Amino acid sequence: MPEMDAVQLRLLQEVAGLHDIPEGAYNLRANGQSVGRNTTANIDIQTKKEASGIDIHIKSGTKKESVHIPVVLSQSGLKETVYNDFYVGDDCDVLIVAGCGIDNCGTQDSEHDGIHRFFIGKNSKIRYVEKHYGSGDGSGKRILDPVTEAYIDEGSTMEMEMVQIKGVDSTKRTTIAQLKKDAKLVVRERLMTHGQQSAESIYKVTLSEDGSSADVVSRSVARDESFQKLDLCIIGDAQCSGHTECDSIIMDKGRILAVPSLEANSTEAQLVHEAAIGKIAGEQLIKLMTLGLTEQEAEEQIINGFLK
Amino acid sequence: MLELRNIRFKAEDDDSSKEIIRDINLEIPDGKFVVITGPNGGGKSTLAKLIAGIEKPTGGSIIFDSEDITDKSITERARMGIGFAFQQPVRFKGITVFDLLKIASGTKLSVSQACDYLSEVGLCARDYINREVNASLSGGELKRIEIATILARNVKLAVFDEPEAGIDLWSFNNLIRIFENMRGSKEKRTVIVISHQERILNIADEIIVLADGEVTEQGSRDAILPKIIGSGYAKNACPKIEKGGEANA
Repeated sequence: MPEMDAVQLRLLQEVAGLHDIPEGAYNLRANGQSVGRNTTANIDIQTKKEASGIDIHIKSGTKKESVHIPVVLSQSGLKETVYNDFYVGDDCDVLIVAGCGIDNCGTQDSEHDGIHRFFIGKNSKIRYVEKHYGSGDGSGKRILDPVTEAYIDEGSTMEMEMVQIKGVDSTKRTTIAQLKKDAKLVVRERLMTHGQQSAESIYKVTLSEDGSSADVVSRSVARDESFQKLDLCIIGDAQCSGHTECDSIIMDKGRILAVPSLEANSTEAQLVHEAAIGKIAGEQLIKLMTLGLTEQEAEEQIINGFLK
Repeated sequence: MLELRNIRFKAEDDDSSKEIIRDINLEIPDGKFVVITGPNGGGKSTLAKLIAGIEKPTGGSIIFDSEDITDKSITERARMGIGFAFQQPVRFKGITVFDLLKIASGTKLSVSQACDYLSEVGLCARDYINREVNASLSGGELKRIEIATILARNVKLAVFDEPEAGIDLWSFNNLIRIFENMRGSKEKRTVIVISHQERILNIADEIIVLADGEVTEQGSRDAILPKIIGSGYAKNACPKIEKGGEANA
């Protein structure tokens, strides 16, 4: 199997917080090839036959285990679509870390579109962390159009932490979830765009059975001349509760379009949405300046805190 | 020592201008606890902001530790040792109490040091250190955290703009205790408090009355307090409770 170079290792650290090969199950993909895989007694990873990607099977009752499936791209001009399917059994408690780092120093666009589908059994608890990161000073764009689909069965909980802070030129992130009885979805999205970047984040969460709930919160910062569209929709078909929130800081010549929406198809559905866009409050800057920070340092602290 | 020389401040609107501070001259020696009182709209908060650099005077100069700081920025003044506590403490999404104390101290503050500052203002670090400085905190809690940031900065001069504003009586009693401790501490920092409260005026070394942008009275507590007691410049937090003695102490 090919070794990873310094650039790839740096990307790996950015997206998965990994300095080295992780413990537990993993599949590392670099420049379109698998560069390492480990399976455990409870977690199996198989290469798909009909398409590019992997199938991950997590046995019922698997607890306190993790799966890492980071992807790094350092070759300019590489475009790939990868299908990863997670089959999670009943009564599991598992951490799944995905993410993609692109370093593009060349002139051609690099693109990775990860299509992740989760089929989660009953009474399981899944924490899913997805980080996207771009670097490199080439004129070629770094493009990520991920799709996440989650089908959550009775009594299961899924927490998603979706982070894209730096360097991705263009992204269209689509997340679709369907929840059965007493299932719960919690999403925490953190997004920052700068330069000429554009980011579109779409959520469509369907609460199809009684007792299901969703809390989808997106915090974002648009700097320079970047553009963001945040489209968060919750659909309530039963006795359920849903909350969506877009909270954004706008700076420089940034633009943000927030479109939170709710669709209730049952009188028992309780749905709430909130959206706020504004610049950093002057008094916040002043407060931190009275503590000895410069205006620029104060701004960084406020954004770091907001996106934490 | 802080010196204000012929300080003037005019607030400019689109078509009108109003003189908020008219030719103020003050000398505040090191280590003194000074309370500035006076009617609403008399220019007290503006004066506090002029000292911290949040507002720039339209005339005159401000001297701190023998250096002219009139043209210095908020940051420069902060770094020289001037602290400012807001009348309405600012809230931040995502910034924790610990983060704020770390920023204030300017060092790699340890949890136990942060705990010391918080306990000085009557907050248990275990409950607060990881809380966000956001709308989930009450007015009284925010005020105390605001004061803890001043303690963490170890400033030479601390300016408090109406610390009693927007807090409940119970918190007010605790606040008085914090000021009493600060006054009794061995650090000997200069403290300027903008306040109408008789109990704060009661612990002052010196009282300054500011009305209509001018200093109308200035002197020791014993000289000034009897003249203003019962006026709007020296109020009780709650007459009934004050009368009842230590009901809330």
